[in-house]
Amino acid sequence: MNKRFTRILATSVAAAALVGSLGACGKGSASAPSAGSNEITMWTHNAGNAEELKAVENIVDSYNKSAGAKAKIKVQAFPQDSYNDSVVSAAAAGKLPCIVDIDGPNVPNWAWAKYLTPLKLDADVSKNLPSTVAKWEGETYAVGTYDVALAMLARASDLKAAGVRVATVEKPWTKDEFQDALTKLKALGKWEYPLDMGTAGTGEWLPYAYSPFLQSFGGDLINRDGFQSADGVLNGDKAIEWAQWFRGLADQGFMAKKSGKDSTQDFLNNKSGLLYTGSWAADKARAAVGKDLVVMPSVDLGTGPKIGGASWQWGVTSGCNNSAAAMDYLSYSLKPENLAAVAKATGTIPATDEAAALLPEYAKGGTNRIFMELSRNHAVMRPETPAYPFIATEYGKAVQDILAGADPKTALDKSVKAIDANIKSNGGYKN
Amino acid sequence: MTTTQLPSPGRRLADPAPAAPPSKPRRRPRHLREQISGWGMIAPAAVLLLAFVFLPAILGFGLAFTNARLVSPRPVEFVGTDNFARLFADPVFWRSLLNVSYFAVVVVPVQSGLALAMALLINKKFRGVNFFRTIYFLPVVTSMVVVSLLWLFMYRKDGLINELLSAASFGLINGPDWLNDPATAMPAIIALSIWQAAGFHMIIWLAGLQSISGELYEAAQLDGASRWHQFRYVTWPGLTHTRTLVLVTITIQALGLFDQVSVMTQGGPLDSTTTIIYEAVRSGFKQQETSYASAISLVFFVLVLLISAVQRYLTREKD
Repeated sequence: MNKRFTRILATSVAAAALVGSLGACGKGSASAPSAGSNEITMWTHNAGNAEELKAVENIVDSYNKSAGAKAKIKVQAFPQDSYNDSVVSAAAAGKLPCIVDIDGPNVPNWAWAKYLTPLKLDADVSKNLPSTVAKWEGETYAVGTYDVALAMLARASDLKAAGVRVATVEKPWTKDEFQDALTKLKALGKWEYPLDMGTAGTGEWLPYAYSPFLQSFGGDLINRDGFQSADGVLNGDKAIEWAQWFRGLADQGFMAKKSGKDSTQDFLNNKSGLLYTGSWAADKARAAVGKDLVVMPSVDLGTGPKIGGASWQWGVTSGCNNSAAAMDYLSYSLKPENLAAVAKATGTIPATDEAAALLPEYAKGGTNRIFMELSRNHAVMRPETPAYPFIATEYGKAVQDILAGADPKTALDKSVKAIDANIKSNGGYKN
Repeated sequence: MTTTQLPSPGRRLADPAPAAPPSKPRRRPRHLREQISGWGMIAPAAVLLLAFVFLPAILGFGLAFTNARLVSPRPVEFVGTDNFARLFADPVFWRSLLNVSYFAVVVVPVQSGLALAMALLINKKFRGVNFFRTIYFLPVVTSMVVVSLLWLFMYRKDGLINELLSAASFGLINGPDWLNDPATAMPAIIALSIWQAAGFHMIIWLAGLQSISGELYEAAQLDGASRWHQFRYVTWPGLTHTRTLVLVTITIQALGLFDQVSVMTQGGPLDSTTTIIYEAVRSGFKQQETSYASAISLVFFVLVLLISAVQRYLTREKD
């Protein structure tokens, strides 16, 4: 009697739990997207970046107040670290908002997963910086209002003291000149390590910052013909050369195997003489160093200088029930004055020349104009394949292992094997 | 699992003889009401555990035999034991297993020993004992992520630890770059982990110590037992249950090493600090391979279960 009673109770508790949780699910999904009202939601990753968020909110406000607004846009901001997870879980639950922002290299992955729908914009994006338009399989899935560019920062006085010429967009340093420059800078004896490449960085920084060197040597993250294998490209002779060169910078005492937490601050505090970083650091550096600051292109290691292209961009989700309004808003946000406002707030490169003309520092002859030229001339998109997030983690690990002393060939072979297996297990990431 | 064990040593020590069996309830209704209220009290916790721990765990185990991915338009397919075959062929998995064993083998005895020593020290009655109790317990209430970030700076080549070493040795010792050297990275993480967590187990030891009756010590002193003999023949046997609890909780905690690694080394340099959980999180979230991460988790679960079972068997009451 007692036992039976216990059993009945246990079963009913379990059943209640199940029904309860199912009920919660059902209720949740019912109340979610189709509110019917003329309001669409937009998610952004920049909850931790007050300036950028404010700039985006301003555009949204002006759109909402404009006469031609097709819907009211509602902004929801997330911290960057948890943004991707939020989108992925929302997608799994079928509750994606209409507009999302996406880190450029992830666009093909989300397009492949059918999170995103191809964009059909009234705005003409053909003259925008190529790296701000994310395409996959012939369709445009996202547009960015800005890009960032990698460059070398130094003090003109240091270069002069060491007898090193200032590299220019027309005439960047070659591999030998770079070696020579580092040797001379080190000889000044001012710094323990003259070069700071931000080697303490993790995550997306590793492929963003260092795969352009690999590409300048003539290697790549993956064979871009069909995006089916990395064999012979990521572990070929050129890639090995890249790895040995990169490792050599640390071995010769030119850079730390693991740099400080804040490379820009170290440069400003004169702990390094040559800083490899993004355009986002330029304004801060110029404020501190003043006219002595020189911005130089990355090194030409064989096939010309290369830098990573694409920053955060905007896309429309495939489940959006008012995609016309979403597209309309995106077109609106691409107006020159809006591009200029965001670029100004974030210290980034505006996506078009018209917008650049509105910003003195990015207009022709402006102090930051060089970043626009770098982006236009040297930017290489990270491979436009849904496999990219996986490739990025494998390459990042290879970089860290190579710096820590792993044999380049072994480390890169390991990455290639993992990448090829991943592509195969996903049926080649075919659409 | 651990929390349900928590009260056991205290309770058993407090009333060694089980309370006299309640007189057989003749009146069923009252018994029934007690049963109902009992179940009612369990229900909230049981429902939450069921919905948020057991169900996801079972689903996860199921996923381990599929090709499910975090982001993918492809339908999930059953792939049998492919994920496990891949896992057992992966040298990084074996390396992570080795790292975790190394961590556990050092941390379990050292941390429990240190915690016991601290507990013995603060079990005395003297002025300011609460001050020391607080100090020893302070690292525990600090988040591991915060602790890891702080120690990240202390372990730098020009960080606090190396400066102290250099100052103490009059410049003779030039400390290594602790976290960037495969030889020192794991020991560095071990030291930090022990420092952070020992206070928690100190409190458990302390609870055990305080449940030992003072009369036993008085009797021992009358018999002329030395301090060591008092510890060996009164304290140590009195801590049997506490010992088991501390052993099991530290072991499980050690096997689940993750926070420190994620914040400080990301498994590097050269896989010298990677762990099973870290690999699972990396595969599951960074690399989007949900099924492979589930396989790692399943293996980890079985491993913890086996080790706990062995410990349980070895520390069973032999009578």
